[in-house]
Amino acid sequence: MTVTDPKTVRADQADLDKAADRPEDAGQWTAKLRTTAVEALPPQKLLPDRQPAYVASWIYVFGVVTVSALLVVIATGLVLAIMGPNWWHVSSTGLFVNSLHLWSVEVFFFAMVVHLWGKFFMAAWRGRRKVTWITGVVSFLVSVGAAFTGYLSQQNFDSQWISTQAKDGINSTGAGAIFNVTNFGQMIMWHITLLPLCVLALVGVHVVMVRLRGVVPPFPAKGEVPGDDPAPATADAEVGA
Amino acid sequence: MPTVAIVLSTLFGSLIDLNKPGHYIHWGFIQMSYANGLVILLMIIVFFAAILIPFKGHKGEDR
Repeated sequence: MTVTDPKTVRADQADLDKAADRPEDAGQWTAKLRTTAVEALPPQKLLPDRQPAYVASWIYVFGVVTVSALLVVIATGLVLAIMGPNWWHVSSTGLFVNSLHLWSVEVFFFAMVVHLWGKFFMAAWRGRRKVTWITGVVSFLVSVGAAFTGYLSQQNFDSQWISTQAKDGINSTGAGAIFNVTNFGQMIMWHITLLPLCVLALVGVHVVMVRLRGVVPPFPAKGEVPGDDPAPATADAEVGA
Repeated sequence: MPTVAIVLSTLFGSLIDLNKPGHYIHWGFIQMSYANGLVILLMIIVFFAAILIPFKGHKGEDR
């Protein structure tokens, strides 16, 4: 009886996953794309079980708190979109879901700002992580727009007040020609389609980049040789070279 | 309204009176409500707490 090493079986399976179903299909773009994607980001790296020791700090928690809050924002927003303003303004359940939507946005921005400060003081763009940093910055800016159009979409006096207060500022920049804050139809479409899709896409790229390049390590102490970076800036980088 | 909700809203209402115009911080051209200032202060506190408070789940494993 032959005893097969489970590690060998997993490796064979990984090779099969990368290869085309038939040798003659290896040149197809689907096979090439799949092979490239699996090589760059194998499942173990995409969803790892362990992180480097330096990640054991509360300051590394705020990124995942931000993503968790975003999921609650999206889920409650979907419910609000299905049920409509009469429901979220009048019924107890609607008011509750509306409040969940608001407070998850508060948690989202709170955690994102602490995450931003933490990463700024770590210089998190080190080690070929510029794209990670930039996608984070752009996500933050687009999120501000998503929140702003959300305030304009409440269907109450608050949203009317905010839109009339904002219109002069927006118009003075010239953006009012295509972005009319008093146009409710335009604002709600930005809020429930365009901007959420942008935020989700940017956050998706941001998270994938974190998985590709690894979590940024802290600065080395004086006299310490840096050696724990999963994506060092040198040519022998182990990730995404 | 349920009794619990009335009690809670009365308690919070006695702490923070929202039935009047808000208070604002004026700092040059910057104008900010006390509520927003409080949120920024909380973020700063949480930021330093996250750096200083040990992460208890860490068992000293390398990876």
